[in-house]
Amino acid sequence: MTELRGIYTLWLREVKRYLRDRARIISSFVQPLLWLGIFGSGIRFAGNQVPGNLSTQQFIFPGIIGQTLLFTSMFMGISVIWDKEFGFMKEILVSPISRFSVFLGKMFGDSTDAVIQGTIVFVLGLLLGLQLNPLMFLETLPIMILITFGLVSIGLTVASFMESLESFGVIQSFINLPLFFLSGAIFPIGAGVPTWLQVASSFNPLTYGVDALRTVILGNAWSPLHPLYYNLLIMCAFDVAMITIGTLAFSRRK
Amino acid sequence: MQVKPLENAIETTELTRRFNGLVAVDKLTISVERGEVFGLLGPNGAGKTTTISMLCTILKPTSGSARVNGFDIAKQDTLVRKSIGIVFQDPSIDDRLTGRENLYMHANLYGVPPGEQKSRIDRVLKLVELESRADDILRTYSGGMRRRLEIARGLIHYPRVLFLDEPTIGLDPQTREHIWSYIEDLRKAQDITVVLTTHYMDEADRLSDRIAIMDYGKIVASDTPIKLKETLEGDVITVKTKEADKLSSILAGTAGILKTNIAGEGIELTVRGGRAILPRVVEAAAKNGIFVESVSLREPNLSDVFLHYTGRAIRAEGSDELHGLSAIRRRRIR
Repeated sequence: MTELRGIYTLWLREVKRYLRDRARIISSFVQPLLWLGIFGSGIRFAGNQVPGNLSTQQFIFPGIIGQTLLFTSMFMGISVIWDKEFGFMKEILVSPISRFSVFLGKMFGDSTDAVIQGTIVFVLGLLLGLQLNPLMFLETLPIMILITFGLVSIGLTVASFMESLESFGVIQSFINLPLFFLSGAIFPIGAGVPTWLQVASSFNPLTYGVDALRTVILGNAWSPLHPLYYNLLIMCAFDVAMITIGTLAFSRRK
Repeated sequence: MQVKPLENAIETTELTRRFNGLVAVDKLTISVERGEVFGLLGPNGAGKTTTISMLCTILKPTSGSARVNGFDIAKQDTLVRKSIGIVFQDPSIDDRLTGRENLYMHANLYGVPPGEQKSRIDRVLKLVELESRADDILRTYSGGMRRRLEIARGLIHYPRVLFLDEPTIGLDPQTREHIWSYIEDLRKAQDITVVLTTHYMDEADRLSDRIAIMDYGKIVASDTPIKLKETLEGDVITVKTKEADKLSSILAGTAGILKTNIAGEGIELTVRGGRAILPRVVEAAAKNGIFVESVSLREPNLSDVFLHYTGRAIRAEGSDELHGLSAIRRRRIR
């Protein structure tokens, strides 16, 4: 019970901090809008080939949800460094709740924020007139959650090894962009793409997330890389692995 | 959680911590009695915070061992953490939350039963006089208010030992005075042991029942502030009188008087245990019909004690080492 209340209180903190940060919520509309509006339109008129009868916007839309989840998750995870620099981390680590609970509390909190961002993108898609059914959201939500848990855990794990926020650029270059480009978010990873790229992307957990999102959002217009259940299984396995690694990383005592 | 009442609050045995070859804490063996305020006095970099970090189970000792409230810091870290409160040297509160939210979070992290949280939080807020500001976001608090909130937070879960790491660093004199009186009130109101680190002499002197002087990771002296000061030979009693020569010859040979010096309008006696000798001096003068205009006693202060044991003066406040963001932060909250 004590552990659950500890997890709850850490979750609540992250969500409160997020909801009080107006600037971040407003800016969360802007990036997807740039991708869908400018990038999507530009590529379409420049003659890009997307599979089936899909418009470029429709094709990249699930990818942009994935990208938003990825970037937000990493950013939130990394924010642990902020807590370290500003001392708050000590208050958490000196408390009697277990490191597993500390990790879960932060992970759930950051994931909630990331999923809210993903939801905002979904609403944006509706507003932009993409062929979306509001009920689709119910299928999208669990996939978003599965993607996010693992990604936030990566961020938290990496952050637990880093001492200062200056290293944030490193995360951008070595985690965010590679995972993004190799996920099939903005171009289809299928026949016609070089084998090395296909192989590399098969090691990327986000590939399975984006594929699952496309499966539920695009329906028959999309021929999936893998069956939905397979994508979900891979993501579950990835989440469990990352949560385990993250907890171990949080349990180190200097 | 069972704690034997007679057991010391803290016992360390050759507690040692090295950082890449540098010995920060060197075979520290101390014991802190239940209910006392124990002051760890030393300059910056003496190893005080490292010691506290080990006792709070944030840092692992390189060698040696310690028990806090009877629990081993290496093997029973959760039990140790449950039984202590700590106010860190650097701020450790969430400034995007309100004061009350910070306290609720702490109560939940420390497993305070939900039914008791509100009353305990109201009580500590009252203790530090922050009731009226409790629902403001912390960003709007002054440095002193944040410090008070951190002290309040450290008390919510009824710790048996409270660690205060440089509780008044960087605060203005008025706020320091405020915090000192809280700490004094606290031990009257609660059954609590306080371990205080400081590099301020006046703070250690005023608050501590016992002081350990720490330098280069070692304890160089440990006793009550009064006894520490007594170890220095030389309280100075100054007697102002017109008959200095006569008084001086009467006092010659009195036990405890180490040196007599006739200077202008009176005499200066260097004595051991000035408080006990002062009345004897006045009595002797009265018995012999010598009119004494005034008497004064100057006892050595802790700075003299520190100088005596370490061979140098404690570094002044201005040389606080501040690094990176915490420096910015520190300046901001001033």
